[in-house]
Amino acid sequence: MRKRINGMKGILMIYKVIIGLEVHVELKTKRKMFCDCLADYFGQKPNTHTCPVCLGLPGALPVVNKKAIEWCTQIGLALNCNIPLFSKFDRKNYFYPDLPKGYQISQYDQPFCLNGDIEVNGKKIRITRVHMEEDTGKLLHETVDGQNFSLIDFNRSGVPLVEIVTEPDFDNAKDVKAYLQKLQQIVRYLNVSNADMEKGQMRLEPNISVSLNPESKDLPKYKVEVKNINSFSFVEKAINFEIQRQLELLQKGKTPLQETRGWDENKQKTVSQRVKEEANDYRYFPEPDIPPIRWKESEINKLKESLPELSDEKLKRFVKEYNLSEYDAEILTREILLAEYFEEATKLDKNVTPKQIANYIINKKIDINDVLPVKLIEEILSISKVEEVSEEELRKIIKEVLTKNPKISEDYKNGHENVLQFIIGQVMYNVKKKIDTKALRNLILEELK
Amino acid sequence: MKFNNLTIKKAKEGLLKKEFSAVDLLNAHLDKIEKLNGQLNAFITICKASALEQAKHVDKLISERQDLPLLGIPIALKDIYLTKGIETTAGSNVLKGYIPQYDATVVKKLKDAGAVIIGKTNLDAWAHGSSGENSDFGPTKNPWNEDFVPGGSSSGSAVSVSSQMALASTGTDTGGSIRLPASFTNTVGLKPTYGRVSRYGIVAMASSLDSIGHFTKTVEDSAILLGITAGKDKKDGTTAPIDVPNYQSHLDKDIKGIRIGIPKEYFISGMNPKVEENIEKAIKFYEENGAKIEEISLPHTEYAIACYYIIQPAEVSSNLARYDGIRFGNDRDAFGAEAKRRIMLGTFTLSVGYFDAYYKKALKVRTLLIKDFEEAFKKVDAIIAPVSPTLPWRIGEKVDDPLAMYLSDVLTVTANITGHPGLSVPTGFADGLPIGMQIIGPHFKEELLFNLGHKYEKAHKWYERNPNDL
Repeated sequence: MRKRINGMKGILMIYKVIIGLEVHVELKTKRKMFCDCLADYFGQKPNTHTCPVCLGLPGALPVVNKKAIEWCTQIGLALNCNIPLFSKFDRKNYFYPDLPKGYQISQYDQPFCLNGDIEVNGKKIRITRVHMEEDTGKLLHETVDGQNFSLIDFNRSGVPLVEIVTEPDFDNAKDVKAYLQKLQQIVRYLNVSNADMEKGQMRLEPNISVSLNPESKDLPKYKVEVKNINSFSFVEKAINFEIQRQLELLQKGKTPLQETRGWDENKQKTVSQRVKEEANDYRYFPEPDIPPIRWKESEINKLKESLPELSDEKLKRFVKEYNLSEYDAEILTREILLAEYFEEATKLDKNVTPKQIANYIINKKIDINDVLPVKLIEEILSISKVEEVSEEELRKIIKEVLTKNPKISEDYKNGHENVLQFIIGQVMYNVKKKIDTKALRNLILEELK
Repeated sequence: MKFNNLTIKKAKEGLLKKEFSAVDLLNAHLDKIEKLNGQLNAFITICKASALEQAKHVDKLISERQDLPLLGIPIALKDIYLTKGIETTAGSNVLKGYIPQYDATVVKKLKDAGAVIIGKTNLDAWAHGSSGENSDFGPTKNPWNEDFVPGGSSSGSAVSVSSQMALASTGTDTGGSIRLPASFTNTVGLKPTYGRVSRYGIVAMASSLDSIGHFTKTVEDSAILLGITAGKDKKDGTTAPIDVPNYQSHLDKDIKGIRIGIPKEYFISGMNPKVEENIEKAIKFYEENGAKIEEISLPHTEYAIACYYIIQPAEVSSNLARYDGIRFGNDRDAFGAEAKRRIMLGTFTLSVGYFDAYYKKALKVRTLLIKDFEEAFKKVDAIIAPVSPTLPWRIGEKVDDPLAMYLSDVLTVTANITGHPGLSVPTGFADGLPIGMQIIGPHFKEELLFNLGHKYEKAHKWYERNPNDL
């Protein structure tokens, strides 16, 4: 999409925003990627979920967690990727104290999933690849007795991570946010990750650049990577800030630096973290400790078949099958548990329509963890049940109400039709039962004549 | 009771018949260590106290009429095998003082089979070397002539068995590090098929080449030991889920009609004529005993060393990255010259712009070398060749010439690149120094190597020669 701004001296400038995304999702497998340690590290005592493998001790060897590979592949399938029958792990060599082996086991040129796509706000976003790797340990910088210490917690070391990389197909922050929400929804639907941003289970790294030459097919010669973003609204803010910052530089005839920046929520701006003088050389080579993965076509098909119905399909089906509005169906399918709750409720009582259930859940903001579907149906029935009250009895009560409020009949006859509602209310109050208000209204009108 | 020239098999018989106790057997070997280790420098650590405890426990088991395959057998471990609670140095000052938290899978298997761990043996630091001289704990000497190298990198392990300080020992063979020292010390050295024995808990040198094997006095003992160490390990994803045969049952099979290939590329120019003559004699023995000898060609052999010295340092550079001194071990400045050389070589060949020219090309050569063997094994059942083109060399002779040192592996590296099993069997002596042949077989056909090796050994009994008798 091309945009216009007033440039220097009021000259109209045309520009194009180019954004690609790298997203890391931590899988919620029980065990780590390459050893038997428990993968759940959140809130655990440091270095309690460790073993020779995830500590990178001499002689230790990685053995793959098959479940993690299957889940990674399912994410790829949900993003319409191709799954090559041959795939392998590679070593990404670099030094950092939170990386105990001195290399990260990752995937380089033959990842599990390639060339997918996903629709976001009506646009097609291409997925370059989805691959599997391991998480690192965590550094803690603390002051003890006035002395500075760097401590390492290896509980997170070796937790399975899936990286999802898009082509630079975004041109605005809104679409990025929508994509991220959709991605989060997908991994939650697949039940492979909680994708909780605050717990670091989903990490976002947009690459942003701006071009003043929108006709050109070439990408700008620089890109800015933004890290440390732990919410969807921050990503939107960070991107918009970057676009503005880069534009201002470009307008002055400068090229923004190729660098990594971080989002500072307090200052509401991005700040430079690391300027990449040259590309890192990770010296990738095939991981010799892990035999290559060879899928059979039938295994891929089985994984494909085991995919649950995803939100897009579910939404369409809800509209069609339950006669819901697109709006209601979207709300109900945002989370798979809510969607399942809704569907379960629809099966319980023929007298309650799906529309009634949907309205009730949405309007009353039902907490599905609090109210069982059976209970939900009871509630809906109790407020909508019409009890039989004899016409004779009703007329009696109406007469009583009218007698007690003589002014009302008069008002009505003088054209104040709104008093009718008052009478209905009074009658219902006296009846103390659910009654058909339409029938009641007719009766009152008759009595008022 | 004379403990010289005991084999695993004979020792076990003696123990079960109560001709001697496990403590007696251990003490005899500890005495040898006491007497010889000062000169030979075969051990870095001697596990006297823990070994004595194990031996006493064995004697108790024997008194309870219990039996285990290696009950009471004193075994030495190359000091690159992790041993829980026992210092493991990999021959480098970087790991000096490092006490592992766990046992390597093979160590656990040996202990579970009743073996007594007598000590940790010297080696070229990180298993980098062909002579034993690269150790930060001083060179190991050849017991047949102390002015000569015993071969490396499993130098101490070879010498411990050769000079009767242990009944068997473990080694690692990444480019010849078991077969070469075995041939230089008159011991039997087995490099199993890649994936036959677990690498878990053994300090990695080059992960796609490392083979976990052992030294013994006889082929029969080698077969006994492999029966213990081989098999799928769920902690090593590269071990194969292939059943472990009863290797001993293959030892005495008839070798009539077995086709043995002699690769012409392995008889290189510049080869010591005494070695050549010796190996030809061994080949003749097989011919006389009904085997069919056939000259074969392994056409890409000349590229093997180049290929090896790309792949191996590349993996080394990555495998040594964890020794940063942050969590265990000493600082990186404790690395010796040879490790630094390999780290630099490997880092270079894996770098952007060089990867395709070096590493990728080496992988292509690797494929060609594997094809060479596949073609050969369509025509023959096994291959016989010398282990080394030369006799052991003098200590110090090649230390300043890394390239000459690298070339001493010229006949052994190919089996590592292709993953094939190789058995080094003593074939006699020249100039008072031992010579060995290697028998190479198809993947996971170690039983055939044992069969052929045993046939030769039974007729020649070189193992009865003892360097201490000299």
